[in-house]
Amino acid sequence: MSQNKSLNIENIRKDFKYLANEKQVIYLDNASTTQKPDVVLNALSDFYRYSNANVHRGAYHLSEVATAKYEQARQVAANFIHAQSSDEIVFVRGCTEAINLVASSFGQQLDAGDEVIISAMEHHANIVPWQMLSKVKGIKIRVINLTESGELDLIHYKSLLNKHTKLVSIAHISNVLGTINDVGLMIEWAHEVGAKFLIDAAQSPAHIQVDVQALDCDFLTFSAHKHYGPTGIGILYGKHSLLERMVPYQTGGSMITSVTYESSEFMSPPHKFEAGTPAYAEAYGMSQALLYLNELGINNIKEAEDDLMAYTLEKFKQRDDLILYGPKNNRIGVFSFLVKGVHAHDVATILDSHGVAIRAGHHCAMPLMHTLSVPALVRASLGVYNTKLEIDHLFDGLNTVKKIFSNE
Amino acid sequence: MNELLQLYQQMIIDHGKCPRNFGELENPTHKQKGFNPLCGDQLEIFLIIDDNDVIQDVKFTGEGCAISMASASMLTELVKGKHIDKANGLVEDFNAMLVTQDVSDEAMERLGKASVLEGVKEYPSRIKCATLSWHALKNACAGEGEATTE
Ligand SMILES: Cc1ncc(COP(=O)(O)O)c(C=O)c1O
Repeated sequence: MSQNKSLNIENIRKDFKYLANEKQVIYLDNASTTQKPDVVLNALSDFYRYSNANVHRGAYHLSEVATAKYEQARQVAANFIHAQSSDEIVFVRGCTEAINLVASSFGQQLDAGDEVIISAMEHHANIVPWQMLSKVKGIKIRVINLTESGELDLIHYKSLLNKHTKLVSIAHISNVLGTINDVGLMIEWAHEVGAKFLIDAAQSPAHIQVDVQALDCDFLTFSAHKHYGPTGIGILYGKHSLLERMVPYQTGGSMITSVTYESSEFMSPPHKFEAGTPAYAEAYGMSQALLYLNELGINNIKEAEDDLMAYTLEKFKQRDDLILYGPKNNRIGVFSFLVKGVHAHDVATILDSHGVAIRAGHHCAMPLMHTLSVPALVRASLGVYNTKLEIDHLFDGLNTVKKIFSNE
Repeated sequence: MNELLQLYQQMIIDHGKCPRNFGELENPTHKQKGFNPLCGDQLEIFLIIDDNDVIQDVKFTGEGCAISMASASMLTELVKGKHIDKANGLVEDFNAMLVTQDVSDEAMERLGKASVLEGVKEYPSRIKCATLSWHALKNACAGEGEATTE
């Protein structure tokens, strides 16, 4: 790892060919998904070209090569989040599938009256699966309030914890507010009442260090596409002792040791949870994205993004026609805002015509929109390739919005 | 930039900011909610349709972008006082302008002021904003359930 040297953003930009598009896009929708560097794209196409065979199935060289790469990818992911063992890494389609897996599998260990705590800043992916479980199992969902500044109200959290709490499932970083939640402390408190803790780390790997052993979380999930990897792949980390006690999520090929018409024996974790042909090339692609992040150094990335975030926050401060949501500190470069008197979608369309790609809408967090009393927000979110010049363009575009809508 | 100015021309901004016929009707004979889950745009349209199937009054409430508000505003101006068959015909004209994008000159004429929304067709992600209230009107007249753009 090459830590402690500043990033050369111009060099990084050479890794991303979307920037070579004739019609240049200023891509500021990184919280939704990121662009992909050449190393990842080449890894994918090379895998399919030269190493393609189904994994864990063929007794021939090519299949062994593919299997080795797939399992190496698991090790890379384990190392990236500092897991004890690669057996604690289950490949899934992404965060959404991971949370559904935990809800339907770990969820079977819950009974009526048990409680699951989520928060007021969760993505639908960390709300709806629990709702479905509550319909089947009669569990109760408790929701941690937000403070005025857009952080979790930890005093409220503490008051929700009790002996019925079986699981706390919280976003590490809010995809709307950018808030970095103090999950370390929250996990300690959850463990004191015997509850397990799931971290929805969808927004984390591209921006901050993730260390499952230091945090002592029980589950953690992320999706590769949000940190420069391919779509259709992500991980669920689970402590091995927990995964062992969980029933399979989906069943079929690749996850059994023996099958008769009457019954089947399942493999140990993680394979127990990987029914069917997995997205092995994408898993390999994800591993290359993680290695790319390691190469840049997560601390270097954070330093560069913090610098650009400070620059952007300062620009917001100078504008009284913009309302920015989210906390001032302990945040990443996700900027959800409103232009006074203009609907988010009109802002998005006008910015788009300026070549600036941002997102407008509810950001898959309708309950949070409700809490904030807004129908929709505009969101700009930073990636490692973004520059101050691009932020200037964003604000130029916002000037046009103002011009078009102030026709008095 | 020209397309953008076409989209956000003065009349649309004006109707978006100060929509006509905005508010609830006290005793509507028909009402209908419309919802666009992608944007979160939502509105409700209220109608008084008399025994001869003529729209005596129409109003709407809701929250949404300039395009959806302007479109609803122009719609209410257009259909007030018209027979519901005529109103339904106008919904078809509007769809022809934006959805199938195969619209006759006569249809554009019938749409009157609302024809300024033609520029929306250059913005595929915004077409549903414009058509939301028109869907709602059609369902209201037919007495169907909530209109969504999905
Ligand atoms: C905080 C958070 N959780 C979960 C998800 C769902 O991720 P995916 O759609 O990749 O499954 C997202 C993505 O938008 C997210 O930002």
